[in-house]
Amino acid sequence: MNPLARYEPLVDDAAAFRAACDRPLPSVVRVNELAASPGRVREAFAEEGVAYEAVDWHDGLFRLPDGNPGGNWPYVHGWTHGQEEVSVLPGLALDPQPGERVWDACAAPGSKTTQIADAMGDEGTVVANDNNLGRLSALRHNAERLGITNAIVTNQDARNFSMKPLAFDEFDRALVDAPCSCEGTCRKNPDVVDQWTLDHVHAVAGIQKGILARAVQATRPGGTVVYSTCTFAPEENEAVLDHVLAAEDCEVVAFDLPLDTVPGVTEWDGETYDESVTRAHRVYPHHNDTGGFFCAKLRVGGEAGETAADGEEVSA
Amino acid sequence: MSDASTDESNDGQRFDRLPETPADREVEGRASRREVLDWWAERFGIEPSVFEEYSFWEKGAGKVWIFNGEATDPSAVEAIGMTFLRTRQEHWKPTSRAATRFGHHATTNVIELDPEQASRFAAGDDQDLPEWEGDWGYLIATHEIAGGQAPIGVGLYLYDELRSVVPKGSRADLPVVE
Repeated sequence: MNPLARYEPLVDDAAAFRAACDRPLPSVVRVNELAASPGRVREAFAEEGVAYEAVDWHDGLFRLPDGNPGGNWPYVHGWTHGQEEVSVLPGLALDPQPGERVWDACAAPGSKTTQIADAMGDEGTVVANDNNLGRLSALRHNAERLGITNAIVTNQDARNFSMKPLAFDEFDRALVDAPCSCEGTCRKNPDVVDQWTLDHVHAVAGIQKGILARAVQATRPGGTVVYSTCTFAPEENEAVLDHVLAAEDCEVVAFDLPLDTVPGVTEWDGETYDESVTRAHRVYPHHNDTGGFFCAKLRVGGEAGETAADGEEVSA
Repeated sequence: MSDASTDESNDGQRFDRLPETPADREVEGRASRREVLDWWAERFGIEPSVFEEYSFWEKGAGKVWIFNGEATDPSAVEAIGMTFLRTRQEHWKPTSRAATRFGHHATTNVIELDPEQASRFAAGDDQDLPEWEGDWGYLIATHEIAGGQAPIGVGLYLYDELRSVVPKGSRADLPVVE
């Protein structure tokens, strides 16, 4: 069975949804503003004759209709990084600040880690963790290529992440860009649809709950945790939020994203979820001609104290 | 449990912060922060103030990393910042990534390549450049792009030849942009 069919009841226009899922996505690059401005990248593309299109909702994204995002000078200089459009959304929702302590729990291959470091102006500490050592080498390569100097890379199971190797006890912000069923990436990798199974959905949902719970525990009171996936499955999205809302001291908060989205769902397959999951965003391929995505922002409970950025001096 | 402060050999499995000066050195052969800063100042004219906020760490034999965050010392993690400099050898070698990240601060031993030379350099090719009248050894190679010079990486200049030492995985066939 094609898993995309099971999501047709959730979307406004099932035919448009399925048609969009069948269209390939263009190559997209994100500008690494630690190294160059979007204007300088545009100028370099023009000099070199690289075709590009602006993305209207983000200055630092360019679509490359001819593909080959790594075959040009801006890439070689570490000015750009190949990254799907919707993949920048969790970094925007997280909104990390220079000087903060930030955890990227499932970081490889590092697109979001490097975006976070860029937003932090390469100041503060981003801890990039992944349980897969092989994929961590891709993250290391990307971080070095983009000139990131404020990242610590760890190789732990995020569900039991230990703060012991770190110089601090809690994070200001955490991103859980969770391993998932990935049907949202079907425009890039159609195989995900063939490999999909309901058993995998249920297995990975357990992992997602464990990682998100740990992220809430490891983040200071008043801090921010962002949860994102590239699946449409409510079992891996709203159900995970619902579970963690009940188990940990946190709330789902409203936030804006710069493209067309629809609210999270409160009912699926006989289950109902906490009303606040409607504050999460579902991104469908036919609404913005992108991949599919899910993104939620949580505030960790308790009184907000000083942050690393506005409080104590950060020792180098 | 071993006490890190009394361990005087270089442990290749963890990151240790470089001592401040040679006089503070406890691990034989380990470069000090002052020597690292002096080296960049002497070799490339990069002012020590550029690196004031950064810390330096060694893991493995002579590989020095540069880091701009908070970390414990010693640290058992996979990576801390980015690789910066290869020490514990007669001629210290900056990494290509250090050259692209910090090379715009360099004032000496910078070789400006023309468009064709820049393409050959990025592809990993060695090339004859007898016109270079500066020092032999490691140079930062740059080219003109989008209104300014930008560093491409590190080259080794010997006997009228510029050898590209761009890592294999980072080599690229790029157009000559006149």
